[in-house]
Amino acid sequence: MTTLPAHEAFRRKDLIGPLADSIAREAEGLGPVRIMHVCGTHERSVNRFGLRALLPPNVRIVAGPGCPVCVCPLPELLAARALALKAGTVLASFGDMLSVPMPGGSLLDARRSGAELRVVYSAADALAIARAEKKREIVFFSVGFETTTAPTAALLTALAREAAISVKSAVPNFSVLSSNRLVPEALRALLGSGMLEADGPNGPSIDGRNGPSIDGLILPGHVSAIIGSEAFRFLADDFGIPSVVAGFEPVDLLASIRELLAQKRRGIHELRNLYSRAVLPEGNLKAKALMAEVYENRDAEWRGLGILPGTGLALRSAFAAYDASAKFRKTLSESVAGQEAAIQDEAAGCLCSRVILGSAEPGDCPHFGSVCVPENPLGPCMVSEEGTCRIRLEYGEAT
Amino acid sequence: MCVATPMRLVSLSGNEGIVEEGGVSRKVSLALLDSAVIGDYLLIHAGFAIAVVDEEEAMLSLEAIEACADDDAAGA
Amino acid sequence: MKYVAMGHGAGGSLTDEIIGIARSAFASAYLNAGLDSAILPSEGERIAFTTDSFVVKPLFFPGGDIGKLAVCGTVNDLAVVGARPRFISCALILEEGLPFDELERILGSMGSAAAEAGVEVVTGDTKVVEKGRGDGIYINTSGIGFAPEGLDLSGADIEEGDALIVSGSLGDHAMTILGLREGLGFESALASDCAPLGGLVRALLDSGARVRFLRDLTRGGLAASLNELSELRGVSLEVDEEALPVKEQVRALSEILGIDVPSMANEGKIVAVVREGDADRALAAMHAHEYGRDAALVGRVVGCDAAPEPGHARVRIKTLSGALRILARPSGEKLPRIC
Repeated sequence: MTTLPAHEAFRRKDLIGPLADSIAREAEGLGPVRIMHVCGTHERSVNRFGLRALLPPNVRIVAGPGCPVCVCPLPELLAARALALKAGTVLASFGDMLSVPMPGGSLLDARRSGAELRVVYSAADALAIARAEKKREIVFFSVGFETTTAPTAALLTALAREAAISVKSAVPNFSVLSSNRLVPEALRALLGSGMLEADGPNGPSIDGRNGPSIDGLILPGHVSAIIGSEAFRFLADDFGIPSVVAGFEPVDLLASIRELLAQKRRGIHELRNLYSRAVLPEGNLKAKALMAEVYENRDAEWRGLGILPGTGLALRSAFAAYDASAKFRKTLSESVAGQEAAIQDEAAGCLCSRVILGSAEPGDCPHFGSVCVPENPLGPCMVSEEGTCRIRLEYGEAT
Repeated sequence: MCVATPMRLVSLSGNEGIVEEGGVSRKVSLALLDSAVIGDYLLIHAGFAIAVVDEEEAMLSLEAIEACADDDAAGA
Repeated sequence: MKYVAMGHGAGGSLTDEIIGIARSAFASAYLNAGLDSAILPSEGERIAFTTDSFVVKPLFFPGGDIGKLAVCGTVNDLAVVGARPRFISCALILEEGLPFDELERILGSMGSAAAEAGVEVVTGDTKVVEKGRGDGIYINTSGIGFAPEGLDLSGADIEEGDALIVSGSLGDHAMTILGLREGLGFESALASDCAPLGGLVRALLDSGARVRFLRDLTRGGLAASLNELSELRGVSLEVDEEALPVKEQVRALSEILGIDVPSMANEGKIVAVVREGDADRALAAMHAHEYGRDAALVGRVVGCDAAPEPGHARVRIKTLSGALRILARPSGEKLPRIC
């Protein structure tokens, strides 16, 4: 008898029905339940596999701030654009970033004014371009959560090591514009400030507060593969929220939803790792060590959410040679000069900042699918492949 | 951006390996892994392997999920 | 090593060099006559006329090259309106510095594809632009075909219950091209499905199946074509994801890259709307043809209501859970320069 590899086994159709039934039983009599995930890839899976249709009417899966492209703040976008426009400098970026709207037009719009852009799929691609085009400065616009940060850290440590051995191996024309963000710290900040709220052990939250209330969290499986499930223990311990680390196959997500409902039914709040085939409690120690070697925490702004303390990553001084914010200090400070008003004003009519908190659905936005479409996005949620609005427009449940 | 796909390791040399899935293969960096064995399924993200998939653990997880569903069905 | 020079576009003896290569690749008496226009016989009741330009990068790929694409693309546009493709024009815009042997290969491919498709390249043009102003070569082909009266494949008489059929595996072309673009680094035995489909279409029409609508699946894939049909004819369509024929490698790349199969470009596939009762007959005819071996029934017309409820998605696809989700028209340039 051949065993299916895990990823195929967790997509087995015969398990879907029983899990859906089990969810219905757990959900009965619970009243409205809001479960939030914080990963664009989870939202894609939910839509792709039609999972919302399997849930009883009182259970809702809500997309939280899980799209790193969507939360990249305007000052960082303006910085990236300034570097792309700078003579002799090429901005290497993930494709999604190119169409994100900002005052004065997106990165792609800037191409018409001479901005040099290259689409890359990884930091390694950007480095390869730098090695090939020695006469130009190549800046890698590093956007993403921990999953994407780890490869960049590995790349930079290897680069630094090679350069230490032989000057010829150094790639002095390569640098990284660090726009990476951290998920656990973001959740802590959002819950701590009340922007997200939990139905804690003391009962439902008080009316009149801003945040939508969450009964359970589905935690990002691949971020957790890097940082470990224990990185999220504070959710249960400090905030009393049932939390489950989940993979991306239908069975992963349905089993996770069932677990959260079961916890709610029993009135408990625990952290459980249901992606144990890829996630260890301590995570990937080697990846964590490399990240710690290269990066230090800093406060970071999240588009639409303001500054969330300790949620950003800056390159340590030992890596200053590869730090675009150090190399191009003047260009970067000039890029935001005079733009403050535009930055404040932005997103008129765009509900992105509420969509990413799960307090509005894409369909609540009057522009969704009419004025705001991927070819003409008003906000970042419609641009990125991990953006809630785009995913819902392209893969959402048919009414 | 957190899309990481399981692909099987078919050869390795130092910090690099070749992974394959469905007739598609790619060279990837193993710099983020402590060890990997040929035949392992690796989670690949942006050209790097970020974790080894523990197939045995997967089977145990799945059995637990199935058992739960059976119990539920039986108890209904 | 010989290269295209600016002089090759000047209309003099250097241009004749290129014309010479074209003439031996295309073997057409019309072309050889060297007139400013080819004067052609009329071979049918109605004339079908189409045009297409090709800017694909890279120029050469497993399964074909820009030349083969240029012929097949135009042939297929004629075939799917029910016309017999017969005569093609070939306009070349060459970049200074294009190696001559690449030009010869491309024109040779065009000649082979034309021969297979039963069409003649009867007229052409050559221009050369300075280095840096073109990507090696751009090709425009326009085509004439002849269609009988009374044959309407525009979907005017689609009915609820009609079957949606695709002629074979989806996404082969898109994933072949994508795999070759820098930075992705994926290797596979995948090849473009680029092929002339006049024979397949004829087999389908001759089968006696009542065919309401045909479309060549190119950019934007099945999703684009179905959304176009839906808008054009006010019909609602449902597709079954599991019924889509997909090669293993395309499925793998779809997972790895997060690209939806229905949105992937093809260059040798058609979608047909066929009367419900004739689906089996249509499939049998396609299976018997070399370019239709993997033809499959993939969905149905579920409504012909020209005025649907607002917000109602008209093209939907059944997911793993059994629920229907939107099958949206693909947006933006996920994959530029695919054909």
